[in-house]
Amino acid sequence: MTTLEIKQAVKRYPNGALAVKGVDVTVEEGELVVFVGPSGCGKSTLLRMVAGLESVTEGEIVLDGRLVNDIEPAHRNIAMVFQNYALYPHMTVYKNLAYGLKNRGTPKAEIDTKVREAAKLLQIGDYLERKPSQLSGGQRQRVAMGRAIVRDPAIFLFDEPLSNLDAKLRNQMRLEIKRLQRRLETAAIYVTHDQVEAMTLADRIVVLNNGEIEQIGTPAEVYGAPASTFVASFIGAPPMNLLEAQTGDGAIVIGDTHIQAPVRANGPVTLGIRPERAHLADGSGAAAGPPMQVDTVEELGAVRLIHGSVGGQHFTANQSADEPIPGDHVRLRLQPDDLHLFDHDTGRRL
Amino acid sequence: MHKAQFQSPIFPYLLLLPQMAIVAIFFLWPSAEAVRSSFFLQDPFFGNETFVGIDNYTDAVTRSDYGRAAWFTFLFTLVVTVFSLGIALLLAVAADNVLRGQGPYKTLLMWVYAIAPPVAGLIGIMLFDQHIGPIVDFVALFGWEMRVGVNYWDSGIAMMIVATWKQIPVNFIFFLSGLQSIPKGVREAASIDNPSPSGRFWTIIFPLLAPTSFFLMIINITYAFFETFGIVDVMLKGEPGNNPVTLVYKVFLDGFRGNDLGGSSAQSVILMVFVLALTIIQFRLIERRVHYT
Amino acid sequence: MSQDQIAVTGKPAVPAATSASAASAGFGAFVRRNQIVEHIVLLLGVLLMMGPIAVAFTTSTHDPVTIHSEGMQLGFGNNFLPTYEAVIFEQTGFTKQVTGWGMSLNSLILGLGFAIGKIIVSMLAAYAIVYFRFPLGTLCFWIIFSTLLLPLEVRILPSYEVVQGLGLLNSYTGLILPLIASATGTFFFRQFFKSVPNELLEAARIDGAGPFRFFWDILVPLSRTMIAAIFIIMFVVGWNQYLWPILMTTDESFYTVVRGIRQILQVWIGADIPAYNEALGLAIIAMIPPVLIVIIFQRMFIKGLVESEK
Repeated sequence: MTTLEIKQAVKRYPNGALAVKGVDVTVEEGELVVFVGPSGCGKSTLLRMVAGLESVTEGEIVLDGRLVNDIEPAHRNIAMVFQNYALYPHMTVYKNLAYGLKNRGTPKAEIDTKVREAAKLLQIGDYLERKPSQLSGGQRQRVAMGRAIVRDPAIFLFDEPLSNLDAKLRNQMRLEIKRLQRRLETAAIYVTHDQVEAMTLADRIVVLNNGEIEQIGTPAEVYGAPASTFVASFIGAPPMNLLEAQTGDGAIVIGDTHIQAPVRANGPVTLGIRPERAHLADGSGAAAGPPMQVDTVEELGAVRLIHGSVGGQHFTANQSADEPIPGDHVRLRLQPDDLHLFDHDTGRRL
Repeated sequence: MHKAQFQSPIFPYLLLLPQMAIVAIFFLWPSAEAVRSSFFLQDPFFGNETFVGIDNYTDAVTRSDYGRAAWFTFLFTLVVTVFSLGIALLLAVAADNVLRGQGPYKTLLMWVYAIAPPVAGLIGIMLFDQHIGPIVDFVALFGWEMRVGVNYWDSGIAMMIVATWKQIPVNFIFFLSGLQSIPKGVREAASIDNPSPSGRFWTIIFPLLAPTSFFLMIINITYAFFETFGIVDVMLKGEPGNNPVTLVYKVFLDGFRGNDLGGSSAQSVILMVFVLALTIIQFRLIERRVHYT
Repeated sequence: MSQDQIAVTGKPAVPAATSASAASAGFGAFVRRNQIVEHIVLLLGVLLMMGPIAVAFTTSTHDPVTIHSEGMQLGFGNNFLPTYEAVIFEQTGFTKQVTGWGMSLNSLILGLGFAIGKIIVSMLAAYAIVYFRFPLGTLCFWIIFSTLLLPLEVRILPSYEVVQGLGLLNSYTGLILPLIASATGTFFFRQFFKSVPNELLEAARIDGAGPFRFFWDILVPLSRTMIAAIFIIMFVVGWNQYLWPILMTTDESFYTVVRGIRQILQVWIGADIPAYNEALGLAIIAMIPPVLIVIIFQRMFIKGLVESEK
């Protein structure tokens, strides 16, 4: 069953700026959908339109079969976790969790049960009488999630909830959010600019750019078959190499090298190659790949990054630390399946 | 960032009602009345008035006592601003440097802030009293026979001293908090680049205090003009006679003692224009400060 | 970032004015070991600021004849009780119907009424200006703003006439309300409300809080320390009012202590041996409440002063 439908949503600010340009997204029951994109791409605006914190200029937001465009945030049956937690600093943890329920007129006994249940689930039962200022970053994060959980909403909205935590805690909380969401089986939208968070958390990823959707798909789809050069360079670290190339006669030409591949295109294209799919061969051999001039090698422990140029264009390859460190001149061994072709002008996948 | 988030047809007006009512009745109305009556000549006995154009203004500014008051106000403001800022800065720098006793020094140096100007004035006339005043006895040692209340400049100097004294704490508080908001890293970098403490002060610390100083200058000018009323009134015992008065005090004298409503109003309007100019300067400065940070 | 700080400190971000002091003092000590010069400067400063008050107090404990013949006194005299008994409990003034005690009560009413009235009025107005969008909002803002341009001192005469016309002479209302007209408090709260992170409002909206609830449940408790700071400053300002009470109150039963200072001067003129001790005693009484408040709540007072003047 579908929990949320966003139909042709448009957000135009009073000054005329278009933040969201006609977007369609659905979120199925129990699904976790991640909106990812660079800052200013409209992902937060779209989330806030779902929450009711931003008005909808055009289009429809349908939540649980009900059109909610003109319904107050408090009456939308949503819950939101904010980037800065937005905990009420003068209230105890207990009161923070209870405030929304109290405003709804929930009986005291029921509020108490719900708050204690959520606190137990999040392991913050010991801190209920503390103020937010007496908690660590991770604990505050849990309280913010608890405030969402007690509302028992149709959908959770997360607005970059981990961006204020340090790297270690971020990884840990990311896992917790995923477990919690699975356990509660509640639909969720999660907004982030961090592609790692998007990949690890999402059932489906919505990649946004400039107020428009670039691609919707599972993490594997988005990674394995990026729909555009934008997605290709945004998802994956280090990003996909994008090279200017020519095609024709069933071959791709980079510089002087011809790669035989079943291509139908004819003319200039953008060729995408993931760093980990560019295998390096000894430069002296007669391997059939394009030559690469190596200039810098970065050791990352398990893997190493080889930076250099191919046909005069910057190129990064990724190899296991077990392999020998390459010399200055190497050749790339490429499989036809690992070559992504994009339209030279529009950047769309061919 | 726009915060306006609530939409409600009447609630905001209800919230603003008390403030707007008070402003309208006790500010807009009297201010407009001041401007209006500055163009009329009032008859104190029959209550009728005649339009005289800018006569009140020309009369006011051409009278010799107005010129004297303006000149005195200028000197008074200059002396009070320069000395209270200077002494306060010296004390703030010293307090910022000491390791021990900063708390007590701070308390002892700032609490005069809480004393009302007329109370300061009362203690002042005692200290400058011809019979009992220790300061008069002291300067007599140097051959200066100080006659506050009789001699024009003796009275003026006494008023300047009391007004300066009263204003030191507020300048001290702002300077000290300005000094303490200078990042430790900047001081450390300066101590590596410049071996001389006084050189560091004038090249690094003082320029960083410039926004505070400009701001305080405006505050001090406003203070010297308006808030010293109590000091002047008490030190002249309400009877100025041949003693110097500030422009604001003259507005009060001409309006309430002299019953010269039009003249007093014209002087008010001149002061209004002056305050307006000060405020514009102040906002320019604040704008620049925002721009820099 | 400010949003972050709100979670940490429980109040919107305020530049750390005092926290750096210990560190910088420590650094100063490292650079120059002895601070004798600084201590001398500070001690002279303390002498300058405290000396006049000390002499005023010690002199007030002597009898007028001693003061008249020997000048102001540095030592503690034996007339302490009679002086202060007279100042506090004896009827003074032309009509002999007001005591120091009575004047202090009037000052208290003025100080409290002014501070509380100003806080309530300006908080409501600032809330409307910051959190609502409505047609006349900008106009109201500029009208309120204009009050900062013209201090009461330049419009005393017409103000007096307005209050007289309303029949408010010799009343607490007439004494307090016109002083509230200046918008300093509104600007202070506007500044403060703007520093409250927007997310709190959004979270509250999702939690079902309307305009009234948000104000009462979130904003007012959040402003507690700011309210306290502004209260201290406004109480001192109100207690210390002089010019307006002079104009407004001709009935001695409405006199404040600071207003009474002027009265004591009037009585004094023409006396053979003026009651120096009582005049100084009244000055001491007039300064005790505001000074105590400023000293006790020093930290809050400085914060309020430095923040509100920005």
